[in-house]
Amino acid sequence: MAGLTKSDIGGFLARQGILVAFALFIIGFTLANARFLAPDNVMGVVRSSAILGVIALGVTFVVISGNLDLSVGSMMSFSTIVVLDLHDKIGPALAIPAMFAMTLCLGAFIGFLVGYLRLNSLIVTLGMLSAIHGLTLTYSGGKNMDIADKEGTWFGVFGQGELLGIPVPILLFVLLASLFGLVLSKTPYGRKVYAVGGNGTAATFSGIRRARIVFACYIISSFCVATAGLIQASRSLGSQNTVGQGLELEVLAAVILGGASLLGGSGTIFKTVIGVLILGFIQNGLLLVGLQFYVQFVVTWVIIILAVWLDVAAKRGKLWSTIA
Amino acid sequence: MQAGTLSSFLKRGAIWGFIVLELIFFTVAGEFLSLSDKAFMDVDNMLLLFKQSAPIGIIAMGMTIIMVNGNIDLSVGATYAISAIVLLDSMTWPVFAGLGDWVIPISWGLALLTGILLGALNGLIVWKTGVDAFIVTLGSMLGYRGLVFMYNGEQPTSHLNWTLVDFAEAQFLGLHTATWFLLIVTALIWLLMNRTVHGRNAYAIGDNRTAAINAGIRVGPHMMINFVIIGFLAALSAVVFYSESGSVNPNDGELYELWVITAVVLGGTKLTGGAGSIVSTFGGVLAIQLLRKGLAHIGADTETVNLVIGLILIAVLFLDRQLNIKGKEELKV
Repeated sequence: MAGLTKSDIGGFLARQGILVAFALFIIGFTLANARFLAPDNVMGVVRSSAILGVIALGVTFVVISGNLDLSVGSMMSFSTIVVLDLHDKIGPALAIPAMFAMTLCLGAFIGFLVGYLRLNSLIVTLGMLSAIHGLTLTYSGGKNMDIADKEGTWFGVFGQGELLGIPVPILLFVLLASLFGLVLSKTPYGRKVYAVGGNGTAATFSGIRRARIVFACYIISSFCVATAGLIQASRSLGSQNTVGQGLELEVLAAVILGGASLLGGSGTIFKTVIGVLILGFIQNGLLLVGLQFYVQFVVTWVIIILAVWLDVAAKRGKLWSTIA
Repeated sequence: MQAGTLSSFLKRGAIWGFIVLELIFFTVAGEFLSLSDKAFMDVDNMLLLFKQSAPIGIIAMGMTIIMVNGNIDLSVGATYAISAIVLLDSMTWPVFAGLGDWVIPISWGLALLTGILLGALNGLIVWKTGVDAFIVTLGSMLGYRGLVFMYNGEQPTSHLNWTLVDFAEAQFLGLHTATWFLLIVTALIWLLMNRTVHGRNAYAIGDNRTAAINAGIRVGPHMMINFVIIGFLAALSAVVFYSESGSVNPNDGELYELWVITAVVLGGTKLTGGAGSIVSTFGGVLAIQLLRKGLAHIGADTETVNLVIGLILIAVLFLDRQLNIKGKEELKV
């Protein structure tokens, strides 16, 4: 190997480690079970990852701007319940925009608190997790929501429909991923998000309105959550109040797996999509080789820590931390 | 009195003022709205309040040190569940069959040891890999929960030992066993934070890590000890609670980390580290439990509790920041 030194390999592994691990993982599971890479299985994985994926797109913006959003899980429960309830009251055509408006209001509230009032995003969204959960339960009275006439509505198209042979949830995921990927990498707004997350003070001094940027990140996040809620509601046409519970941490795991730093300033939409797919394929692969669903929790744990460890180690140039 | 001391007094006393407000509000509102004839400030009701505060409260004491030290632990709920399963399951192991009630201290020991090991694992990873504690414990929150499920599938683990139930339901000087545990843990952690080198150093590290390192404080071992303590306390909380209830579901303890963090933040501990007090955390725990009980007392739906607590948490954060801004401006003058 001319010219390829040990540190080059190490550096490559550290930078693209997550992709290498993903590739090894897929090869391993394909050897274990040939059905793993069958088109219908792959389609199934992507389809079931779509809800998580759509939310992860918005959370990527928030994380890059140096903040957190722990409220996405309960916010998705909220939008799912609201759209199902309004569906029977005012019809699907009005219910969907109404639900989007309500969810965006929640996002705007969080954005106002974190962006303009500069409150700690972890605590604010922790509080909102609890508050929105309470709001959802108050709205629904604690009952499950169901659409009365499940046969006679076109509402199911977002979760169950297909266009040109591709399931609509996947289409929505790809569409939003491309859109937000472009926004993040090709627009001035995207550059400002990185600037605010990388060094908020420097960004402020260079004339970027930090508050406005952060506010917009939360609006984007809540828009993604509303879309995910729409897919969820449309797929099952009925829902419990806790449908999104715990999702915030899975989403965060996907974003971190994709390599976004929680300190802000780094990460891309593409990497987040990879993170989402890794989680989805791990889940699916473990099920296919006959393991229980909870084994994936343990595997995810190990993978998250290894991924972030590699990332941190590459940045400091040492495997072990320098903490005395 | 100077303005600076006033604001610091406000900050320190705020949680107790809030508790007094809650008591007054629920007593008065209870007169008009409550369906039961019992007064809210009933002695039995208040004793029960302490007892019910114990599971969250014991863990919150550990979380206070962790947060003062500048870290966070999201895995306490899962640690709580694993320890509970070890406690109940180990009592049925054939190895201990001949021991009679002597199995109780052994099971307690095993459960507590589990908590210590899981905490130590978190601490070791945070120390040696240098990955942020938020990410490490986010991962182990999933991982430990997976271990809970792997232990016994999706079945609940149940075992009632009546000696243990009697012990857990006993009242000594009027207070329940769980309350005593909460009070003892609070006292011990207070001593640890305020009267030992470890406590001093934990504050120093959380306040300014670089300065602490330059002063010759070894950051790693202190973080490690704190994670061991919170693992131990999560296990202790499980031991106290499940000795009485005798049955644990694999989902038990979910969202505990959120309640615990809420209590600690209500008590005024900073997420950024370096500031926080055990006594205020105790106040935060009581305030949350009062709110839950009080809202139930005046006939509000249980779901309102989540709404109210979430909004209060945000309001506290806002007020705290306003007070801090004032303090900083005075410093400039």
